[in-house]
Amino acid sequence: MLWETIILAQRAIRRNVLRSTLTILGIVIGVAAVIILVTLGNGATAQVTSEISKLGSNLLQVRPGQGFRGPGGTRSNAPNFSMDDAAAIAKEIEGLAAVAPSATQGTQAIFGSQNWSTSVTGTDNNYLLTRDWPMAGGRTFTSGEIKSGKAVCLIGATVQKELFGAQDPMGAAIRLKNITCEIIGVLAAKGQAAFGMDQDDIILVPIRMLHRRMAGNTEVNAIMVSARNGYSTEKVQKDIERLMRERRGITKGKEDDFMVRDMKEVMAALTGTTRVLTALLGAVAAVSLLVGGIGIMNIMLVSVTERTREIGIRLAIGALEKNVLMQFLVEAVVLSCFGGLIGILLGLAAASASAEALRVPFILNWGIVLIAFLFSAAVGIIFGYFPARKAARLDPIEALRHE
Amino acid sequence: MTMVIQSDIHEIPIIQMKGVSKIYGRGAAAMQALKGIDICIRQGEFVAVMGPSGSGKSTCMNILGCLDTPSEGVFLLHGADIGGLSRDQRALIRRHYIGFVFQGFNLLNRTSALENVELPLIYRGTPLRERRRRAMRALTAVGLNGWETHTPGELSGGQQQRVAIARAIVTDPKVILADEPTGNLDSERSREVMDLLTAFNREQGITIVMVTHEPDMAAYAGRRIIFKDGHIDATRPEGCSA
Ligand SMILES: Nc1ncnc2c1ncn2[C@@H]1O[C@H](COP(=O)(O)OP(=O)(O)O)[C@@H](O)[C@H]1O
Ligand SMILES: [Mg+2]
Repeated sequence: MLWETIILAQRAIRRNVLRSTLTILGIVIGVAAVIILVTLGNGATAQVTSEISKLGSNLLQVRPGQGFRGPGGTRSNAPNFSMDDAAAIAKEIEGLAAVAPSATQGTQAIFGSQNWSTSVTGTDNNYLLTRDWPMAGGRTFTSGEIKSGKAVCLIGATVQKELFGAQDPMGAAIRLKNITCEIIGVLAAKGQAAFGMDQDDIILVPIRMLHRRMAGNTEVNAIMVSARNGYSTEKVQKDIERLMRERRGITKGKEDDFMVRDMKEVMAALTGTTRVLTALLGAVAAVSLLVGGIGIMNIMLVSVTERTREIGIRLAIGALEKNVLMQFLVEAVVLSCFGGLIGILLGLAAASASAEALRVPFILNWGIVLIAFLFSAAVGIIFGYFPARKAARLDPIEALRHE
Repeated sequence: MTMVIQSDIHEIPIIQMKGVSKIYGRGAAAMQALKGIDICIRQGEFVAVMGPSGSGKSTCMNILGCLDTPSEGVFLLHGADIGGLSRDQRALIRRHYIGFVFQGFNLLNRTSALENVELPLIYRGTPLRERRRRAMRALTAVGLNGWETHTPGELSGGQQQRVAIARAIVTDPKVILADEPTGNLDSERSREVMDLLTAFNREQGITIVMVTHEPDMAAYAGRRIIFKDGHIDATRPEGCSA
């Protein structure tokens, strides 16, 4: 019986193709909008998450001043750290996997006729550990090179590409300011990071070399800390804050002039934002689904009026109220589900096209596809019910007299 | 002779109306369309209902067809009181016992003759193949073999009314109610329709109650019930008491 009702419904729908198409347009647009927004939103969230995770796992960054700045960002008035600060963290804080002091300077890197404006970070091998950066080739610094501050460097993929193109950079000498520096290793490419920074546009040198030959001081811009697995980053963060307040002589009641930033927090905050945004846009799209539902109700009411005589015939012949109710309800649901299906297909096509255009990963979420479909079915039931009930309750005598 | 009358007395009449009134509207606007009528019709009768326009014929047919209920009085269909039944219960009675033929045919537009005839069987839950078979048989019975795929728009008035008759008989009903079935047809088509109704009445024993204005058509019936201003004047068959 249900199957026959569905056949009957699709026949009634096909009888008026233009009107049926216009009727479902609202649903099509609503569903497509939901699919596009949620898919792109999920893509953006996934992208932000993966970018931040590229910054390193269990990574805490200790920086002078307040407010978040990316590496190499502008400095505040707060004093930088010293090598001793980094040593103290390594010595006194429990549960650390690695601690790396770092000092960064913008500079020109020159190889032959190639010239590239980049930044040089003085640090040690722990830097690679804290940030979870693998090597693409070559070797890391020896302890002798670190101690003596030898002019050797590791370069990022961007620097390699800009200075060497397809050539092998290993063992080549590049010039940083007026220092000739031998390339001993290449870092694995990490791709574009969050906040639009290119994490591959970097040169690492022993920190002592940067201090002595480039900076002329022994300041440390940032200390990278990674917590050992199983240790709470919150506790490590608290401990470092206490230690640094002490070392920097910050009295009780005064604010920190440094910050310990947990990259997981940043990740959570950012993905939280994109999620809220996705949900908001999704809600706006859902409103358009409701509007589509009202369109369906409108047309179903017109259809009931037009088909009053048909309803009268069916009732006279022995249809029960529920038979007529089902007939019109199924018609509304078939319409809205059909609209939903078209909307899903259009939405997925548009989402995959715009994901490519926006360089966001296209993440097919079956959950939202299913929800969109069920939602459009529900719209059909909810907005089809009133007209269907109106049809079912018609008086057969009146209905048969209807012109 | 006595024996026959005896057996007739014990047979339950298919239709009994006792003091049936129908009042439309309320208060000052109230309008009494039926003023306490008594009708008794036995199984297998062919009755013509006549009378001037507005005299209450259609109102009475609606009650007979369980489309409406009396305001007062009792209507028994095969001995069962219809008055207290719900809408759906009356729909079930229509579904199983009654076939309708209307003046305006009342076929579904843009739907083939076969599907129109199948319609009552769908609501009976008859399986598709059985439905097709019975609908084809009914169409053949009304002489429309070969016309099953035609829609009402492609059929003449006489053919449409024959499709409607096929739809009425396809369920093997006890009663066919026909309200001016020949009202829209010329005399030739009218005669075809009357011949069909007479045949179903004779051969299958279907009780037929038919409203008509034309004495020629009424002549096909076994007896007449004349309506006048909400009252009736009927010849009653022996042994049938309302
Ligand atoms: N639904 C209704 N509401 C009010 N008055 C009605 C209704 N149906 C019929 N009537 C009135 O009842 C009377 C009998 O009508 P009807 O049974 O249709 O007469 P007939 O079929 O004999 O021409 C008429 O006066 C008509 O106006
Ligand atoms: Mg009438």
